[in-house]
Amino acid sequence: MEIIEHYHYTKDHEWVCIEEDLVVVGITDYAQSSLGDITFVELPAVDTEVEQFEELASVESVKAASDIFSPLGGKIVDVNHNLEEEPGLINRSPYDRGWIAKIVASDMDQLGNLMNAEEYESFLATEQE
Amino acid sequence: MENKNLKFTPLHDEHVSLKAKMVPFGGWDMPVQYDGILKEYEYTRRGVAIFDICHMGEFLVFGDAVESGLDNLVTQKIADMPVGTCRYGCMLNDRGGIMDDLIVFRKAEQEWFIVVNASTTAKDAAHFQKHLSPKAQFKDISSQTGKIDIQGPLSRDVMKNFAPGIEKLEFYSFGMFKCLGEEVLISRTGYTGELGYEIYMPWSKAADFWKALLKDARVKPAGLGARDVLRLEVGYSLYGHELNEEKTPLESSLTRFVNFDKDFIGKNALITQKNIGLNEQVIGFTALDRRSPRAEQKLFAQDGSVIGVVTSGSFSPALIKGIGLGFVKTGYAKQGTSIFFGEDKSKNPAIVSSRIFYKGGSLKQ
Repeated sequence: MEIIEHYHYTKDHEWVCIEEDLVVVGITDYAQSSLGDITFVELPAVDTEVEQFEELASVESVKAASDIFSPLGGKIVDVNHNLEEEPGLINRSPYDRGWIAKIVASDMDQLGNLMNAEEYESFLATEQE
Repeated sequence: MENKNLKFTPLHDEHVSLKAKMVPFGGWDMPVQYDGILKEYEYTRRGVAIFDICHMGEFLVFGDAVESGLDNLVTQKIADMPVGTCRYGCMLNDRGGIMDDLIVFRKAEQEWFIVVNASTTAKDAAHFQKHLSPKAQFKDISSQTGKIDIQGPLSRDVMKNFAPGIEKLEFYSFGMFKCLGEEVLISRTGYTGELGYEIYMPWSKAADFWKALLKDARVKPAGLGARDVLRLEVGYSLYGHELNEEKTPLESSLTRFVNFDKDFIGKNALITQKNIGLNEQVIGFTALDRRSPRAEQKLFAQDGSVIGVVTSGSFSPALIKGIGLGFVKTGYAKQGTSIFFGEDKSKNPAIVSSRIFYKGGSLKQ
């Protein structure tokens, strides 16, 4: 499973990547692989506020639906509209073209509640046992 | 999630070496996917795929169609079946509830091969033994019988090298073919809406057949995930979902597989129900977008009142929309009716439609 060195991770397998004044959010390679072929993504509305670990989006695979939780709190400023027509981008490029939302984080200290790449890797090892 | 009580098919090692994702199904540890459900779906609709179906049950009955009691166990007439053909029907309890859906094969004038669902095999065997006449001979050969389905528009091309003479098999007929040194039963049947065959071989030979079929580079393995999408797109019922002991074939919309001109267990209950009228029945419905219904979600009328329950649901790759089957109150069963599926707090629009969602299959080519 691919893990990106400088991203931060949740126990629910979301990732966050810090760009200049905002953060990009998506789901991990492990998450997309466990879900299988993704067929629908319900995106949040732009300009809405979300709390850390609150429901952000939902994704459906051929056989199941799962909620995606926001790794950080803040205001949603952009969503990946490409996922509406091409939800499989999450399977093909979970860390890049399959991003879900961009958020202006309200409190960067919340990063302390997340795992770094190394911690996430060990966490995955325990999940897979 | 190890479950020590799960049974393994003779192809279990093959699935593990192909790195399949395994799930429990009807008491068996079965492959849900290999390359991914959508890929395996495409292999089956456009090319050819094989499925491990060794978990299903098989019985042999020897005796006269009617005197043996077999005809009385099935909603379809079997006495007039030509040798070498198969017929799909239901087995009912006294209340008309569906104990199982099954296929009867007539191997000889007085020899019958019956294929039943995996999770119901033991129950079905007991029911057969209870109701067959003492003159009939019954054998449960499930544990000795392996089964591989080969499905897809290219399946005939693959099979003609493998089982010479297979080209002559017509839809819903079967024959005995010499394959890999074994005399095996092959029927032109399936659960995908595509041209295809089901091969019944000795349990101990199943892995040899699986490996031999995969040697043809066109043939890909497909799991239960793809199989469920494929069957749902053509509106086939799944036992435990659209069919169960509390529902009759009339409610499950399988009336065309019931022959009222003959006797069978449960017939009186069906006649009573026919006279009173149905309260609910199975419908097909199509979502307006990609969001897909899921089994056990509710179905709602326009005014928000609950009118039924989803029994099967999936994303349809052919329609690029969600599709489902479910029970609704009879007043809402008309095609074109606007309904909703989902939960109380999130309802998604859908239209009652034909349960045959995909009509482009190679089934009868």
